[in-house]
Amino acid sequence: MPKERRLILKNVDRPGYGNDLAAYMKEGGYSTLKKALALQPIEKDGNTLDGPAQIREEVKKSGLRGRGGAGFPCGVKWSFIRHDGGKPVYLVCNADESEPGTFKDRQIIHKDPHQLIEGMILSCYANKVGLSYIYIRGEFPEGAKILDRALQEARENNFLGKNILGSGYDLEIYVHRGAGAYICGEETGLLESLEGKRPYPRIKPPYFPAAIGLYLSPTIVNNVETLCHVKHVIEMGGENYSKIGTPGNTGTRIVCISGHVQRPGYYEVEVGKATLGELINDFAGGLREGRKLKAIIPGGSSAKVLKAGEKFSIKSKNPDDPPKELELLDIPYDFDTLMAAGTMSGSGAIIVMDDSTDIVEALSNVSEFYAHESCGQCTPCREGSLWMSKILTRMSHGKGMAGDTEQLKRVADHIPGGRTICAFGEACSWPVQSFVSKFKDEFEAVEKSE
Amino acid sequence: MSKAADATKNGEAAQVETVPVKVDGILVNVPKTSPDPVTGKPIPTTMIQACSMAKVDVPHYCYHPKLPVAGNCRMCLVEYGMQAMGPDRKPVVDDNGDPVVRKMPRPAIACATPIAPNMEIYASSPGTIEMRKDVLEFLLINHPLDCPICDQAGECKLQEYSVEHGGANSLFREQKVHKPKQVDLGPRIMLDDERCILCSRCIRFTRDIAGDDALGFVNRGSYNTLTTYPGKSFDNNYTLNTVDICPVGALTSKDFRFQMRVWFLKETKSLCASCGTGCNIVVGSREGSIKRFEPRENDGVNSSWMCDEGRLNYKWVGREDRLKDIVIYDNGESLEADWDKAVSHISEILRSVDKGSTAIIASARQTNEELFLISQIANLLDSFTESIPRIGEGDSLLVNTDKNPNTSGVKMMGLSSGELGSNLNKILEKVRSGEVKTLISFGEDLTRHGFDDEALEKLDHLIVSDILPNGLTEKADVLIPGCAHVEKKGTFTNVKGRIQRFYPATPAPGAAKPEWETLLAVLKQIGNVPESVKGVESLFQWMAQETSELEGLTWSELGDQGVTVEL
Repeated sequence: MPKERRLILKNVDRPGYGNDLAAYMKEGGYSTLKKALALQPIEKDGNTLDGPAQIREEVKKSGLRGRGGAGFPCGVKWSFIRHDGGKPVYLVCNADESEPGTFKDRQIIHKDPHQLIEGMILSCYANKVGLSYIYIRGEFPEGAKILDRALQEARENNFLGKNILGSGYDLEIYVHRGAGAYICGEETGLLESLEGKRPYPRIKPPYFPAAIGLYLSPTIVNNVETLCHVKHVIEMGGENYSKIGTPGNTGTRIVCISGHVQRPGYYEVEVGKATLGELINDFAGGLREGRKLKAIIPGGSSAKVLKAGEKFSIKSKNPDDPPKELELLDIPYDFDTLMAAGTMSGSGAIIVMDDSTDIVEALSNVSEFYAHESCGQCTPCREGSLWMSKILTRMSHGKGMAGDTEQLKRVADHIPGGRTICAFGEACSWPVQSFVSKFKDEFEAVEKSE
Repeated sequence: MSKAADATKNGEAAQVETVPVKVDGILVNVPKTSPDPVTGKPIPTTMIQACSMAKVDVPHYCYHPKLPVAGNCRMCLVEYGMQAMGPDRKPVVDDNGDPVVRKMPRPAIACATPIAPNMEIYASSPGTIEMRKDVLEFLLINHPLDCPICDQAGECKLQEYSVEHGGANSLFREQKVHKPKQVDLGPRIMLDDERCILCSRCIRFTRDIAGDDALGFVNRGSYNTLTTYPGKSFDNNYTLNTVDICPVGALTSKDFRFQMRVWFLKETKSLCASCGTGCNIVVGSREGSIKRFEPRENDGVNSSWMCDEGRLNYKWVGREDRLKDIVIYDNGESLEADWDKAVSHISEILRSVDKGSTAIIASARQTNEELFLISQIANLLDSFTESIPRIGEGDSLLVNTDKNPNTSGVKMMGLSSGELGSNLNKILEKVRSGEVKTLISFGEDLTRHGFDDEALEKLDHLIVSDILPNGLTEKADVLIPGCAHVEKKGTFTNVKGRIQRFYPATPAPGAAKPEWETLLAVLKQIGNVPESVKGVESLFQWMAQETSELEGLTWSELGDQGVTVEL
């Protein structure tokens, strides 16, 4: 049985470990930063690589993928940044953790804020950023306070501010609190909000953050956990980091397990080393007594649901190898396998439902959330999310009508696939599409003939 | 003189590189960049612009060629293909050297997606049509569908596209979202939030064009609601343009709402006469009464906009007390008169006067043609001439400080030298001294400019043409009712020298006739008029031959957009 591997959570919840600078320093805090700032230019393939370029190389080598939801390679994201446009480069930490089922970033923010700050300073240094923001969701007032205090400590010790540790590098980081909207986690919505506007996601093209981001300048938006990983990548070197986890799915990942399990909580594991079954049964203590598994949402509430007993044929990366036949609980929890299984690991949130779950009500709850959180900017999501929620509310309240199931599917099919400005269209329709197709009989059962 | 015949393509950009694009199989070469609608800077040309060049209509709501792109309505989603790229990152061609184009897996909004070489836009493919239908269904589910009582009916994009793409029966079985109705958004605008499709055109217009960031959305999702800041009124001089660009009946004009179904309106191309800008307009009228002015697109003058003040400045045309009768006093006796009699009476007077004993005040609200005829008469009689300035407030968008529509025409016809109105006092002195014995006024109430009873009583003849009664019309020996510009045909020259045509929308009341007809008839009796001159077109021709600035310009050359001449 795989064990937890605590890289990010190394000190989190350790008795006696506080969230102040002293505790962090005692554990070797900011030594990676000191090391990075002291990097001397090296010659490689006829090019001179300065310190920042070397850090970027290491991150690329590490294979680190974004922990926010999409799993996009961090080093590649950074490589889109152009430094010759005459505009400042911004780095924004996305701490708007709002995907239902997800509660990992708040552990870092609350219990080890300096790790995030060190990761951010390293990332900023690597990308020549002089001004950076932590966008924290409005519902985390305590987290914002903790971050503010930690930033102040960092400033007082010259980890931030002018001429950091005598290196000549200047950086300032500010905390910006959101006002409580899921859509602010969408990176361009976040940037609008940071600019003081309504968080309407921007159209892409042309507003890709790497090109036209915050204040129309090149901008990197990274998740809290991702930025923490950067610290460990630099600490151990990209190559060493890439040996953790599985190829293409490197490093560790904090998995949030909630729902009908004995020990809901957050567990840090090497990516791909534990299966869904191991995560649920071994880490989270299995289902409640006498209950059977009914469904799993593997990556936050917007991920497509997986049904107990489902079998998957996972294509191998090598086209010559035959596809792998996998039972639901044997799926390794990584980015690629879940994608191949038609869903996603998303924000790393596993929601477990046992056989006591009323599946119609469960979906109704998810849909109500998305109808409430749709920003309303573009038509399919604005109208479709509420339409689905209204149908589901009816169905779960004994007012189902003939044809409702079909209609739900129809509406859900008309929202995603590039028809909306941002991925919220997918987020609100994937649950409906998957629940309705996999539990069709339960939906049809609440339809009443007219 | 120099006639800028390319005036309509004002500031036509230098040759821009073109890119071949196929729209529904039609090959068009599209400029790589197009000017930004607000800043004018070159930005990548978009699919929807390419479609428009290929004359393929792509339905849309939020997109407006004069506004920044929002991309929110999703109505213009299209399927498209891009030229395949080889492993060497070079475009792939087939054996014939033709580009290999691959359909993209996801659709794109035509309004915001830049064109690329050899792109293929499938604006009418089954997949595109299907997406359009789906978006339209979403737009309609919470729409009140109150077309029978909606002012927008007949010119509503939601209605039009529903006819094209909508289903006959609704599949929506839920309670619709209810939002504020009859919202008093500002002094001239009424809002129905339930009709609003949240396209944000009005928000972008007032923020980016009018420079008044007054409108915005509040709430979330389907409950999104257009509003002003609490307690603030939507009140700038351009608010009514939002009614024009609102694709549905959410924003309505308080002035026009419930006045007339739009399909009953007769539409006449005209100009706004409220200042020297000369905004192009369409007059909507019904049974001889004006119902509304709307801006008519002319990028050389007013883009697609006009100010609220000019737009609402039409009510006086239908006033009850309009001058309708011809009045002639001869030696204090009122004569029964018709127009023919008035023309011969005036001609008789003008034939009898001494040279240099007349003065003509010509309003800068008269047409170029009328001013030309006045100048011809003035030349015959060696008259003193002048006009009256009207100066007010202007702005940086459209409103000019010159409140006369045709000051340039007065200047061009030589009826005023120096500052407009600067010779008025000299003329008044000449009236007082008895040097000027006959005073003719076209459209100006001289009693408001120092011509008091004492002065006017010294005159032998006071010939007046005007539209509404005033101090001077009461004193006239000969009074001929004239026409508002919306009742006649002619041209104005705006402050920048653009000569623009307008046409009669409504008939003049009573015996009123266009002033040029009276002037032409009089001139025929006292001077020489070329045989060919019969109507406004031929009159324009004659004027153009006689006026150096116009150098042979013809009526038809003016077109609907006008021609700029050097003043």
